[in-house]
Amino acid sequence: MSTATYTELLDLAAGGLLLTAVLIVWRRELAAMARLLTVQGLALATIPLLEGARTHDPALVGVGGAVLLLRGVVLPALLTRASRADGEPRRESTPLLNTSASLLAAAALTMIAFALSRPLLALDRGSPATQAAPTGLAVVLIAVFVMVTRRRALSQAMGFLMLDNGIAAVAFLITAGVPVIVELGASLDILFAVIILGVLTGRLRRTFGETDLDLLRELHE
Amino acid sequence: MTSAIAVTAAGLQVLGVAAAAPLVVGGMRQVRARCEGRAGGGVAQPWRDLRKQLRKQSLRPAGTTAVFRLAAPLLAGSALLIAAAAPLISTGSPLDSTADLFAIVGILFLGTVALALAGLDTGTAFGGMGASRELTVTALVEPTILLAIFALSIPAGSANLATIVTATTHHPSHVVTPGALLALVALVIVILAETGRLPVDNPSTHLELTMMHEAMILEYAGARLALVEWASGMRLTVLLALLANLFLPWGIAGPHPGVAALVLGAGALAGKVAILAGIVAAAEVFVAKLRLFRVPELLAGSFLLAVLAVTAASFLTPVSG
Repeated sequence: MSTATYTELLDLAAGGLLLTAVLIVWRRELAAMARLLTVQGLALATIPLLEGARTHDPALVGVGGAVLLLRGVVLPALLTRASRADGEPRRESTPLLNTSASLLAAAALTMIAFALSRPLLALDRGSPATQAAPTGLAVVLIAVFVMVTRRRALSQAMGFLMLDNGIAAVAFLITAGVPVIVELGASLDILFAVIILGVLTGRLRRTFGETDLDLLRELHE
Repeated sequence: MTSAIAVTAAGLQVLGVAAAAPLVVGGMRQVRARCEGRAGGGVAQPWRDLRKQLRKQSLRPAGTTAVFRLAAPLLAGSALLIAAAAPLISTGSPLDSTADLFAIVGILFLGTVALALAGLDTGTAFGGMGASRELTVTALVEPTILLAIFALSIPAGSANLATIVTATTHHPSHVVTPGALLALVALVIVILAETGRLPVDNPSTHLELTMMHEAMILEYAGARLALVEWASGMRLTVLLALLANLFLPWGIAGPHPGVAALVLGAGALAGKVAILAGIVAAAEVFVAKLRLFRVPELLAGSFLLAVLAVTAASFLTPVSG
């Protein structure tokens, strides 16, 4: 694979990550958010796969495959299943910040991410992967924003998954590959976190008939 | 150093856009009709409508001023000026040196504002309502168009539209960068909003609660109405052609084209616009109009995409040469 093709594909994957993050801020239907997370998982998996194909590193390709399976298929499927459960509303109730303001906030966060990571870019001017690293940071910031402004437990779980996608993207882009064992550990953590959050959401709904976390303010006997 | 052939090319652009605009509108209606299982009025129906309206009496509502009278010619004139200056068939328009991004967008919105003022000038409830809605949309559309084309101008290193198009012809890979793709999505949304297509405005109804464009031109009749509708068609055609050339510039003739290159450029442009218009019309069958207060959300989203496009284009583009 030529360097130019590699750079273009890498930039496309990074752009896809950022675009899906923004669209998740935009959309409110839980099913649509889960679909977008699938796309984001695919874009994320492309990064180590590309790097592995370029350097002929089977371990990196393996990591890419694992990421693809976990973040592109399993986790979104779990979230979709949780969002289809009985009694769960189809869409996010009004977020704390209205959509237009959220989108503008996402734009500002992206600018902040790019501005903050300037010293990071200076580390390695020649590597296209390092140059694309700010997109990962932007996804992290947008994900935190989603977790803060959404009310439903499930959409906060989706924000959490997006946060981890962003962290993984930064890791892949800056270090060109995490040791397999580290990636495996982090991915397992995420898997368990999402499963536990899914179960917790179900119990919340059964107990309170509502998963709006803003309502959980007082302790009851 | 304007050569005769460059002037010919610009004239061809103006004539082509003027003649083809009603056909583009008619084609889009026809595609929509076929998709919905209706026979449709035929591609040339808007031309027949224009001919009919030209024969009718042109009424001027009592109490309207020159603003009302001048809006229609201004709208048509601005669309024709863009057609002459923008790189549609050839990149070497005689007006090229003045026609950079800001000038083109400025001329485009001159027409929009003229029509909105005419809507206010009639003093009717619908005119004012339509103008207010149109300006709400315009206030969000204008910065988005500027930012999106600005993102495209970063790899080319110039805000001149012809230079951007030429640069894309030489480096086709510019089109698949994240910056360009984000700019494409943002531009598509704002062009649909600016030309009053679904999901922002429904061009085929006069439903009073939702209309924007139709509300502003409700008081027009006869020849003026024909002029306004023809101009709206031209704006749609020019914007689609510009979109096609910014992202798929192949076939466009160079700054000093021969006759064969001009014919090829015109043919390529006609094909691209026809395909784009067909796609838009077919997609419109599947979308419903957005509720009015959700339109700013859509436009804020496209503005965000344009901001991201600029960010991505300025940070991700490897600095080369």
